[in-house]
Amino acid sequence: MTTTIEAHGLVKRYGAVEALRGLDLEVPEGTVLALLGPNGAGKTTAVRILTTLLRPDEGTATVAGADVLREPEEVRRRIGLSGQSAAVDENLTGAENLEMIGRLYGFRRRRAVDRARELLDGFDLSDAGNRPAKTYSGGMRRRLDLACALVATPRVVVLDEPTTGLDPRSRLQMWDVIAGLVRTGTTVLLTTQYLEEADRLADDIVVIDHGRAIAHGTADALKAQVGGERVELVVADAADREAARAALAAVAGGDEVHDGATERSLSVAVQDGARSLRRVLDRLETDGVRVLDVGLRRPTLDDVFLTLTGRTAEDADASGPPPGGGADEERDLVPARPDAAGEVAR
Amino acid sequence: MTTLTRTLTDTQVVAKRNLLKIVRVPEILVAVLISPIMFVLLFAYVFGGAIDPGDGTSYREFLIPGIFAQTVVFGATFTGAGIAEDMQKGIIDRFRSLPMSQSAVLAGRTLSDVVYNVLSLLIMALTGLLVGWRVRGSLLDAAAAFGLLLVFAYAVSWIMALVGVLVPSVEVINNASFIVIMPLTFVSNAFVPLDSFPPALRVFVEWNPVSTLTQACRELFGNTNPAAPVSDAWSMQNPALYTLICVVVILVVFAPLAIARYRRTSR
Repeated sequence: MTTTIEAHGLVKRYGAVEALRGLDLEVPEGTVLALLGPNGAGKTTAVRILTTLLRPDEGTATVAGADVLREPEEVRRRIGLSGQSAAVDENLTGAENLEMIGRLYGFRRRRAVDRARELLDGFDLSDAGNRPAKTYSGGMRRRLDLACALVATPRVVVLDEPTTGLDPRSRLQMWDVIAGLVRTGTTVLLTTQYLEEADRLADDIVVIDHGRAIAHGTADALKAQVGGERVELVVADAADREAARAALAAVAGGDEVHDGATERSLSVAVQDGARSLRRVLDRLETDGVRVLDVGLRRPTLDDVFLTLTGRTAEDADASGPPPGGGADEERDLVPARPDAAGEVAR
Repeated sequence: MTTLTRTLTDTQVVAKRNLLKIVRVPEILVAVLISPIMFVLLFAYVFGGAIDPGDGTSYREFLIPGIFAQTVVFGATFTGAGIAEDMQKGIIDRFRSLPMSQSAVLAGRTLSDVVYNVLSLLIMALTGLLVGWRVRGSLLDAAAAFGLLLVFAYAVSWIMALVGVLVPSVEVINNASFIVIMPLTFVSNAFVPLDSFPPALRVFVEWNPVSTLTQACRELFGNTNPAAPVSDAWSMQNPALYTLICVVVILVVFAPLAIARYRRTSR
């Protein structure tokens, strides 16, 4: 399989701040790579370098066979960019936006108009095609944005946080659109803050933190490491805590029971969420433990970070170097694994 | 497609996009057109009686070519603001990720602003005629005057295009342009006669292209009094030629600077 996006040792500094500290990426043709990380991790910087908007201080990258530093024009011909790094012109109609971009790709007027109509139809925007984009809902605007990236049917599409800020329904709709794109064999680089999004859309996930990849693997490998779903429990009486801990330990999927934010809350990673939840509740019922709140929670970016670095993603948000091995009180609960990247990496 | 036709096509596509904004946000157009009318009326009626140009013509005749020059120079702020706004909103990143001509975004903006200037000159000329301004030379000369105003405005647009890619936000543009444009337009003969300036400033006024542009327009419109004393500085003796030289110099310096800066720019 050929590699469509390849980056080696990308470094980008802004004054004293290192946005990227030696990032390597590899995306085989026709696959989807998700760059997963919190705000400020370096995702957008990486996207901007790969789409020729920014020059790295060190490192090399090729996209669709063209070198981003030596042949930027050639790269631009072969990619489509969408998401928070690009924008639509809100004073133009959807059709005008797409036609303008077609013309700027070098299409003749007729072809640009035809392609715009095709994309509007394909993205469920034909009714809104002649309205200025400023009248669009958030979801419509993102779909138009994505359509803009696809005008020239590029081999590589880069999506920078395509669903950030969207309501759940629009997000699901956007996922369907992206999944459809992937089925056509387009190579996709996607950045996201949502583990669920990466899981849903990507073949491979690179977790990025402070400008460096800290884990690389399939969504399944990452989830297996993070522990999949968790049962979270809050007991009414703090005295029942140990009974609850025992109930959770009985369904634990390998990991130990974690203490929650308060002394009455606990959680544990499980394999079969719904069944585990029922078993826990049955046992607590038998033991006469009163439960205040219980639920199943899918792992989030925070869980990934907690597992990989011992810190939550919010801590990672704060600038400055990562602490050596995570905060002390967290270390006993979730062992920090400095070699985590090695474990998941292929 | 050759590089040149590519650049021209892309420039035209971007210019069309900028002009569509006028259609969609007519408030902008109103603002652009109201301020010249305001200036004409303000200077004609508020200062008209107090300021005597001293060359025998009525102040209004003296004033209108100055207003033309001042307004088209001020209009360049619009170029800077448009570019800064595009940078801020991320549409520039879309353009920069496309295989289009790298100079087309700025060239398209400066081109579409020529259309604004044509409109505002038209409005000002009509307002001027209403308050007593007259074209006393030939129509060909008058057309040459308008042409000179437009090419000069085009050159100044490129200065503001550079400012537009340099500043971090639209808000900064107005302040930044004030620093450049206010002295250029007010320390000139646009509103007051040359001999009212102290000798130290007079040299600046004589070689200020806004002065020579104004002077050239006055001569071409026939709004000067031949009996009145004229500065013997070379620039004021050959105002149209000197203005054109300035246009070329500004374009040669600022267009490449602005484009180079645009290519390297990133938020």
